[in-house]
Amino acid sequence: MAFVFFRGIRSNHLMVCPLANFCRRPTAVYCALQNSRAQVRPRNVIFQEYSHTSAKKLKEKNMQGYEVIIGIETHVQLATITKAFCSCPYLYGSQPNTNICPVCMGLPGTLPILNSKVVAFAVKLALALNCDLSMTSKFDRKQYFYPDLPKGYQISQFDIPIGTKGVVDVDLPIEFGGEHKRFGITRVHMEEDAGKLLHSDTGSYSQVDLNRAGVPLLEIVSEPDMRSGLEAAEYAAEIQRLVRYLGVSNGNMQEGSLRCDVNVSIRPIGQLEFGTKVEIKNMNSFSAMNKAIDYEISRQVLLHNQGQSNQIIQETRLWEEGYQKTVTMRKKEGLADYRYFPEPDIPDVVLTEDYVENIRRSLPELPEAKRRRYENMGLSMQDVLFLANDSSVADFFDSTVGKGAEAKLVANWIMCDIAAYLKNEHLSINDVKLTPLELAEVIVSIKGGIISGKIGKEILFELLANGGTVQKIIEEKDLVQIVDQGAIEAMVDKVLEENPKQLQQYHGGKTKLQGYFAGQVMKESKGKANPTLLNTILLEKLNAKS
Amino acid sequence: MPFLIQSPRLLLPPHRLPLPFSRSLGRSDAVFRRLFNGVSAASATLSSPPTTVETPFSEILSIRDSLLSHRRTASEIAGEYRDRLHKVEPQLHSFLHVSETAMQEAEAVDQMVAAGRELGPLAGVFVGVKDNICTVDMPSTGGSEILKDYRPAYDATVVTRLRDAGAIVVGKTNLDEFGMGGSTEGSGFQVTANPWDLSRVPGGSSGGSAAAVSARQCVVSLGSDTGGSVRQPASFCGVVGMKPTYGRVSRFGLMAYASSLDAIGCFGSSISDVAILLNVISGHDKFDSTSSKRDVPNFAEELVSLSNIEAKPLKGLRVGLIRETIGAGVDAGVVSAIHAAGSHLEHLGCVLNEVSLPSYSLGLPAYYILASSEASSNLSRYDGIRFGNQVGSEELSSLYGNSRANGFGDEVKMRILMGTYALSAGYYDAYYKRAQQVRTLIQKCFKDAMNENDILISPAAPTAAYKIGEKTDDPLAMYAGDIMTVNVNLAGLPALVVPCGFVEGGQVGLPVGLQMIASAFREDILLKVGHIFEQTRQGYRFVPPICGDKYS
Ligand SMILES: [Zn+2]
Repeated sequence: MAFVFFRGIRSNHLMVCPLANFCRRPTAVYCALQNSRAQVRPRNVIFQEYSHTSAKKLKEKNMQGYEVIIGIETHVQLATITKAFCSCPYLYGSQPNTNICPVCMGLPGTLPILNSKVVAFAVKLALALNCDLSMTSKFDRKQYFYPDLPKGYQISQFDIPIGTKGVVDVDLPIEFGGEHKRFGITRVHMEEDAGKLLHSDTGSYSQVDLNRAGVPLLEIVSEPDMRSGLEAAEYAAEIQRLVRYLGVSNGNMQEGSLRCDVNVSIRPIGQLEFGTKVEIKNMNSFSAMNKAIDYEISRQVLLHNQGQSNQIIQETRLWEEGYQKTVTMRKKEGLADYRYFPEPDIPDVVLTEDYVENIRRSLPELPEAKRRRYENMGLSMQDVLFLANDSSVADFFDSTVGKGAEAKLVANWIMCDIAAYLKNEHLSINDVKLTPLELAEVIVSIKGGIISGKIGKEILFELLANGGTVQKIIEEKDLVQIVDQGAIEAMVDKVLEENPKQLQQYHGGKTKLQGYFAGQVMKESKGKANPTLLNTILLEKLNAKS
Repeated sequence: MPFLIQSPRLLLPPHRLPLPFSRSLGRSDAVFRRLFNGVSAASATLSSPPTTVETPFSEILSIRDSLLSHRRTASEIAGEYRDRLHKVEPQLHSFLHVSETAMQEAEAVDQMVAAGRELGPLAGVFVGVKDNICTVDMPSTGGSEILKDYRPAYDATVVTRLRDAGAIVVGKTNLDEFGMGGSTEGSGFQVTANPWDLSRVPGGSSGGSAAAVSARQCVVSLGSDTGGSVRQPASFCGVVGMKPTYGRVSRFGLMAYASSLDAIGCFGSSISDVAILLNVISGHDKFDSTSSKRDVPNFAEELVSLSNIEAKPLKGLRVGLIRETIGAGVDAGVVSAIHAAGSHLEHLGCVLNEVSLPSYSLGLPAYYILASSEASSNLSRYDGIRFGNQVGSEELSSLYGNSRANGFGDEVKMRILMGTYALSAGYYDAYYKRAQQVRTLIQKCFKDAMNENDILISPAAPTAAYKIGEKTDDPLAMYAGDIMTVNVNLAGLPALVVPCGFVEGGQVGLPVGLQMIASAFREDILLKVGHIFEQTRQGYRFVPPICGDKYS
């Protein structure tokens, strides 16, 4: 029984029953599963970095004459403490079958108890997606047999989803025109995740891990509004931003917390009926999504152009990252009949106006609103997209601006030096010791001429790594910029005196040596000399002596 | 309108002393004051009540009395039940599994008595539990091969509550596989005999629980009732059977047959025992979100004993006899027993009227569509993958197919197929959806009838117990036997079956039960009426011959 489903999976000792009861079947279960539902494994870890090459290539290809139609079903795993219908935790990466109980194992006699957090998260996301809410919705059973589905049905929502008719706004990257796009959301509904199958290397047996069974999901179904791999990837990225902003999911694609199934079809422009829809799965990054869809579009266009459009069949294809192509996973023979009917074990989900209002009021500023606000602050679209991508970064930016620093300068510091530092150190902005107040201090100090930009950078890295205040570092390291004309003149004189040979060359016409002298003076000042002042004085002295 | 229980001078509380529910004393005092308002002085002058009429007594209260007064030990009582259990079991086959620790548990009760510790309301009471209710210390098979030797990882909530109340779960009783059937012949393991006539069925699906109580193999027992599975066997075996309101008792740990209809119910040889048992298992459970948060009245303490039928203790109670249940197709002996019971209620002061439930005949097809649909889904988990018996195979689909083909019996397979069909695309609207509409209609009909009546009465089954094998080849005839009971499940109402008479058959006749139906969560009315009915019922003794003359 249960815990020792199959060979090699560790048993859970927390259960009431003596282990012997579960081990009645000593042999493994042998059943050759067609490797149809291949295990989704992360391959290349690509994160938020798009390779736009394939999209560009596609544009070059002969796409004229075809219209592409893309719709996306996104599954978001909710970051609730416990599962949807029992009190098991879900911890990604746990030993197989350690986060399970009689309820999520579907043992006889068990009943689901709805986790109210799931409803709260669903309402949050539905509101953020501008959906109409169903004030009374219900759960239904979606029935099919598979070893990772313990009850033989998935608790889902069928005809009355909690949210319908929403929209999501995105801004395409500037290299693709920076266009603003609005995509429709058909529905948002709550459901539970299934477990995972682990196939043996030999393929002679399979094992079931039920840790993930019963983990709450929100399924977001888009309208078929996307027209390219890029738009689809941008849509998915916006969903990821939303769930992260709202704190309802970590949105991690590699861990499977955010999974996108994409439906792609093409039709000759002017044709009324839709082309045959092909579903693509197994994309672990936005870049993979982009490439997979564009690959699939070219495949379908090619078939059309070769007069083989009948070869486009309704099927599910897998994106093979290694081969950079989609391959057939399973063909769909007719429509699957899931025999949905209302889940009798869970009462209707009834929302009150107060409940919804409370959640609406608690929503943070969402990415779209943030982008429009940043745009109005005069930031470039590149800055806007970068800053609004991550709510922590956006918060850091907003706080820094709030401390009196100029927005454009703050954006520059965050996007260049700070971003580079974070990338090198593999940190997030919340991990560093730099505070928005001190970043503002750095920026204001440079602007006010107290420190040079170069010193500013040094101070910044000191703050990032060790914290502290700008004031204190300046004092401790004596870093205040030298703006005293006499002091700089003295240093210039000293340098010119010590370099007679170079001075002679300068006067002989090698005026490029001005840079050399400036560097020497700066060195003499330990980098503190005001560069403008330094150059003015240096030039004066050089030319005076000629 | 609540009916008035007249306050005659002869009303007496049953056992004033050993109150099993001491925690609600304040409340029960109030009840007593209401019931005996102004008569306490009169009753104080009475001598002991006359004993000419043999009325069922509460075995639970009598056990409690014996323990508290140190007249007998729990071990002695348990030994007596155990001996009787084993003596008749070879003929009856009521149990699929008998506890090996029952005697130790009885000793533990004796130690508590000796230590002067407070006893739970069911201390030392042998309780049989239907085998589709999970018990951690005994196999729980649901009567199915597919779960042969299956041991649950947890106790059902009702079992936990039994144990907390001091009960001794003496064994797991036989049933039609997963509760699907009306004769217990559909068990994957054995056929249970009716204690009144061993050649007859005990009814079903809770046939083992009914037979065990009838033959006094245990004091009380738990069954489950999806379409009549407690009430019909109670009628066939001559015991009291209660199907509570849907949601009154937690279903957590009951192997689901049809989730929206399933209710765990109680068997006992007296109303009082059923009331005490019902009190123990009722109430909200955080593991079942369909369980009700309503307060549970103290059913047991609200019962009053009486000894004089002339007092018309049910004066003003409006009773509706459901016309559709006494027409064609119902055994004449059963009809006359119900008419007699109706007259008896009139005699007790009730106002008896015939009432029509126009949608009554729609209940049976609607029930079979809904129950089969839910069953087809609920039984999907028996796939041989995680628990239960597996028939190994190279291919996943044949692993499923063979495990289920091998594990399920014919009746279960038939209902899975019917339910799968009814839920299929293209048929859903014509079957499942229409059946739900019928269900709504039936609920409304009951509501209307309940506006005019305090309780409704009908037979519990169209016939008394029939011969083993008589209907096994005719499923439709078997299904038709559920006509009296399924409507109540569709409406989610509470219903009580009390033995009310006999028809010819067997050595000494076969018992017939009267079904009484009340509004949702009014089990209290049913128990009060049933108690008075039972106490005033003349000339009948519902102890089957298998118990022998020595049993009293
Ligand atoms: Zn769990």
